[in-house]
Amino acid sequence: MELSESSRQEIDRLIATCRTRREAIVQVLEIVQRGQGYVGDEAVSYVANRLGVGRADVEDVLSFYPVYHRRPVGRFVVKVCRSLPCAHMGAARVVDHLSERLGVAVGQTGGDGRFTLLEVECLGACDRAPAMMINDDVFGPLTPERIDAILASLKDG
Amino acid sequence: MTVELTLLPAGTSADHPETLDAYQARGGYAAWRIALGRGDPQRVIDEVQRSGLRGRGGAGFPTARKWSFMPKDGHGPAFVCCNADESEPGTFKDRRLLEATPHQVLEGLLLACYAVRATCGYVFLRWEYPRAARAMQAAIDEATQIGLIGSDVLGTGYSVEVRLRKGAGTYISGEETGLLETTEGKRGWPRQKPPFPAARGLFGMPTTVNNVETLACVPVIVSEGGEAFAAIGLPGNTGPKLYCLSGCVRRPGLYEAPMTVTLRELILDDRFGGGVADGRPPKAVIPGGSSAPVLRAEEIDVPADFDHLQAAGSMLGSAGVMVLDDRTCMVRVAANACGFFDHESCGQCTPCREGVHWVRQILDRIESGRGRPGDADVAIDRLDAIAGQTICPFGEAVAWGVGSIIRKFREEFDEHIRLRGCPFPAWGFRSNGS
Ligand SMILES: Cc1cc2nc3c(=O)[nH]c(=O)nc-3n(C[C@H](O)[C@H](O)[C@H](O)COP(=O)(O)O)c2cc1C
Ligand code: SF4
Ligand code: FES
Repeated sequence: MELSESSRQEIDRLIATCRTRREAIVQVLEIVQRGQGYVGDEAVSYVANRLGVGRADVEDVLSFYPVYHRRPVGRFVVKVCRSLPCAHMGAARVVDHLSERLGVAVGQTGGDGRFTLLEVECLGACDRAPAMMINDDVFGPLTPERIDAILASLKDG
Repeated sequence: MTVELTLLPAGTSADHPETLDAYQARGGYAAWRIALGRGDPQRVIDEVQRSGLRGRGGAGFPTARKWSFMPKDGHGPAFVCCNADESEPGTFKDRRLLEATPHQVLEGLLLACYAVRATCGYVFLRWEYPRAARAMQAAIDEATQIGLIGSDVLGTGYSVEVRLRKGAGTYISGEETGLLETTEGKRGWPRQKPPFPAARGLFGMPTTVNNVETLACVPVIVSEGGEAFAAIGLPGNTGPKLYCLSGCVRRPGLYEAPMTVTLRELILDDRFGGGVADGRPPKAVIPGGSSAPVLRAEEIDVPADFDHLQAAGSMLGSAGVMVLDDRTCMVRVAANACGFFDHESCGQCTPCREGVHWVRQILDRIESGRGRPGDADVAIDRLDAIAGQTICPFGEAVAWGVGSIIRKFREEFDEHIRLRGCPFPAWGFRSNGS
């Protein structure tokens, strides 16, 4: 998968604000993942070449930070918070409910490629516990009914 | 114009980031103009010194003192990093400030930069706050457009840049030197101190790291004077404070109060939490995010400030106040908290990496009814072996935070082992209502 022209331009603008080549790695990978949904092998080569750093430097960052996807993910990435306030308010039930409705296990992407289900730590939305994020949006407090309504309202495209 | 001494100004909301015009209409950037007009960075530090402002990022370090460590005669680059990594379970105050009033945070960052003669400010934001990222980038662009940021700001000869940087999902990048490493594009491994960031920080240059809420306090201190800020609360614990209330309370949410407020008031008072959910009695409160030692219900008549909470054996930390009712299984609380730390340990120090994982396994075993007599003691010993043996304070956070739960609720751990199971209800869906 090729990086889009707009991602490339964003990367160029970002690099212009960096003091070292390395500095850009974490930021550029964010741009790549925002544009493509994941950071594939081609993207790693592109980033290494564009920044003039080794592939190993890029791989090192990718292995340390948990947010990167190395393979394509669903159009909707669902992150359910499992930290204390959310756990106490039923996060495990949220995961069960989502898993059943979407037909995917935690850590997996559904057969039709629409959904990826993940468990994460505190999302900074503990007043809305139990909470989850779908792509850029936070939802909570969740109940089974509310989860169904949210899923039904998601629009592809 | 008198500026309201609040971090939650009327009319602002996380749904719509405040625009530059709206911020200026309530006195925004007056402090920035005043400070630049005076032409003396030391006067900003003096005003903050008079305000008594202490850092809101966790440790409560006096802000003016931290700034005074920066070299005064430096000619090269120097930096201020706004720590917007907010990842401590139970904490959501910085999110509100970034999403609702980004210009106030930005003005605080600019004043901090000027105070320490920095050449560039960085806003280091966690990955999971994309709305905050958009709000902050828009604020930076707006302020740059009218010349409040850039070279020769308002013709004063002072030049400053501001750059937004994003983390990539690691709690440890909120530790100040982990933050520096991530900003440099490396693994977020905390650095051995000394050297402290003021001597050798970002890219080896003098650097100050301040929390979002700390910086959001600075504009009003400069425009209204440090005394006005110090008039709120008690000496040593001054100014308005944000509290993140979560768990078993009727009205979880973000509340502002002077630090004279007690934990009990925060939980029970109708202006704040409005009582424990379902009318249950409280069992325990964790007052400052997952790293803060737990307090039992009989210990909550304590002002929620830096000094009283420390004297009570806990800490204000991130002011993430988590309320646990009488049906809460404290073994599960300990196991969950330890699970978080196990997941987030950066792995650099063996005592932290292995110790936390071991304790987590013990706690999971006790909770699921497979605990063996003596397990609680082993867990405490393992935790004690971490404290003081690590590069960063994460080690103490686990040892004291998780350790306090085992020590203060030891009877529940022993009961689990005796019963070979958990006597408390499962954690299912529940509402905060009634
Ligand atoms: C493991 C760990 C995580 C931390 N996370 C944060 C954080 O997310 N945000 C923050 O402001 N401070 C965090 N801190 C505290 C910072 O190291 C630093 O003390 C703080 O940003 C200084 O700001 P202040 O002086 O304004 O309080 C963390 C500390 C530790 C040990
Ligand atoms: S104490 Fe833990 S988190 Fe901190 S540097 Fe050591 S291993 Fe990393
Ligand atoms: S604990 Fe779930 S959002 Fe904070």
